[in-house]
Amino acid sequence: MRKALRRPVFLIGLAITLALFAVALVAIVWTPFPPTKMNIVQKLKAPLDFGLLGTDQFGRDVASMLMVGAWNSLSTSILAVLLGASIGTATGVIVAMRRGWLELVVMRGCDIVFAVPPILSAMMLGAFIGSGRFTAIIAIGVFMVPVFARLSLGAALQIWTRDYVTAAVSMGRPKAKITLVHVLPNISNQIIVQVTIQLGLAILTEAGLSFLGLGMPPPTPTWGRMLADAQTFLGQAPWLALMPGLAIALAVLGLNMLGDGLRDLLDPRDNS
Amino acid sequence: MISLLIRRILSLAVTLLIVSLLIFTVMDLLPGDPAAIMLGTSASPETLAALQKQLGLDQPLPVRYLAWLAGVFRGDLGQSYTYGVPVAGLIAERLAVTLPLALIAIVLSVAIAIPLGVQAARKHNGVFDFAAGLFSYISIAVPAFWVGLLLIILFSTMLGWMPAGGFPGWDAGFLAGLKALILPAVALALPQAGVLTRVARAAVLEVMNEDFVRTARAKGVSDGVAIWRHAVPNALVPVFTMLGLQFTFLIAGAVLVENVFNLPGLGRLAYQALSQRDIIVMQDVVLFFSALVILMNFLVDLAYLVVDPRLRAGAQ
Repeated sequence: MRKALRRPVFLIGLAITLALFAVALVAIVWTPFPPTKMNIVQKLKAPLDFGLLGTDQFGRDVASMLMVGAWNSLSTSILAVLLGASIGTATGVIVAMRRGWLELVVMRGCDIVFAVPPILSAMMLGAFIGSGRFTAIIAIGVFMVPVFARLSLGAALQIWTRDYVTAAVSMGRPKAKITLVHVLPNISNQIIVQVTIQLGLAILTEAGLSFLGLGMPPPTPTWGRMLADAQTFLGQAPWLALMPGLAIALAVLGLNMLGDGLRDLLDPRDNS
Repeated sequence: MISLLIRRILSLAVTLLIVSLLIFTVMDLLPGDPAAIMLGTSASPETLAALQKQLGLDQPLPVRYLAWLAGVFRGDLGQSYTYGVPVAGLIAERLAVTLPLALIAIVLSVAIAIPLGVQAARKHNGVFDFAAGLFSYISIAVPAFWVGLLLIILFSTMLGWMPAGGFPGWDAGFLAGLKALILPAVALALPQAGVLTRVARAAVLEVMNEDFVRTARAKGVSDGVAIWRHAVPNALVPVFTMLGLQFTFLIAGAVLVENVFNLPGLGRLAYQALSQRDIIVMQDVVLFFSALVILMNFLVDLAYLVVDPRLRAGAQ
């Protein structure tokens, strides 16, 4: 705990991330104005002229839309990363347990998934099942699988060389049990750090997909679509393009700092 | 070395084949009959059947896949359903925008990252190091397409120095073309530069403690020479590896940035093909991008072996 308090990167990251989660959670029950309610009379108002951050081309309150956008962006990204992390980690530790041809096949599979940029796979998927939250989650999640598979395979292989694992093997413990009892708990720190960092990446990708119109359908507010809408009014109302981008950047910044801070904090080499 | 190279090339070919099969199958499963899309709703069943036959759509999937693949090898990527022109020509035309865009972005990002990373490593834990760290954090976090919007607001809307988007074509002159690509390239380069700065800093820091740098210093060469002639070339390996790994993000960024700046590039082509259900174009562009990513990583692997003799020995 004292160690954590001495790390500004970790503290700043934690503060931003907590604030982001707080805003997202509050948005479920309360926003200053109904986020989808149009009010044409008040359209394109500057910040503080109407509400805290002004209004968009339909007179919708930007601050309320940003808040709901935080929830939409965060929930989509969390689900995508959880999907990728669980499938990827399971794959990684199973491959570490079996090795042999399975390792070759899975690694080649990772190369293949990596080869198609997530924006393009989301486009293909979107054409297939229609765009929406589900498409975004699957497209981002699938891209995360090889990240976690590689990470957990590398980490698990290291654990398999440890003396206590060798001891467990020689005592006749089944490999699956060793994986559950020894391998998974020992690689969990690395997975947690990676989840945090990938969450930032997922938010960026989700914003990109929404920007292209491949995210959640209107009128649901998302940060990416708010930016896409703002593009038409860059001359008239440049602030519309400012706030959603700032929100994305801040969210990703916080998660990246938190991830880096956690990595430092959880690094066993540092404990000496 | 030769056998290693052959193994790598074989594995490259297998990966490419599987990726192509995957893309083809996914696109084939898409709802919507290309022939029906081309002819519109008023076409008679006979015309539809004739066009389906002409496009080879009546053949089973493996046959169509092999035909497509054979075409790809001949440089015949098929005919766009909506544009009515060969896809190969369409891709070449759009590549004339995307390729320079990506290249300028890569050069820019390296030109920003190397000096910044090296200087941060030299002034380790100092003010400059802190500033470079802050730059990395922020530039990694900002979406490239948002940077693009900000650049348009600043340089086009407010200052009027740069075009807000569009591409005049290379026929309009090299400078005019370049001018249209500068802002998008900066937007694309910034996040890459953040990642590369981090890698360059870490790599130089590590190399600075190696024996050969210490020896160079002990022989009395200046600090600058020790860093730039001995430490930096060795630190370049991880930087270029990262560049290869980041390539897929560069492409994703290009799709978005081209849309922001209305650039007639490959990314925009993929996006338009998607909205128009031009499956063959979509299929070819995705294959092209994926092949590019795979090839890029292959080249990075290869460059590794050429640059670092230790890896060559290890690989054998």
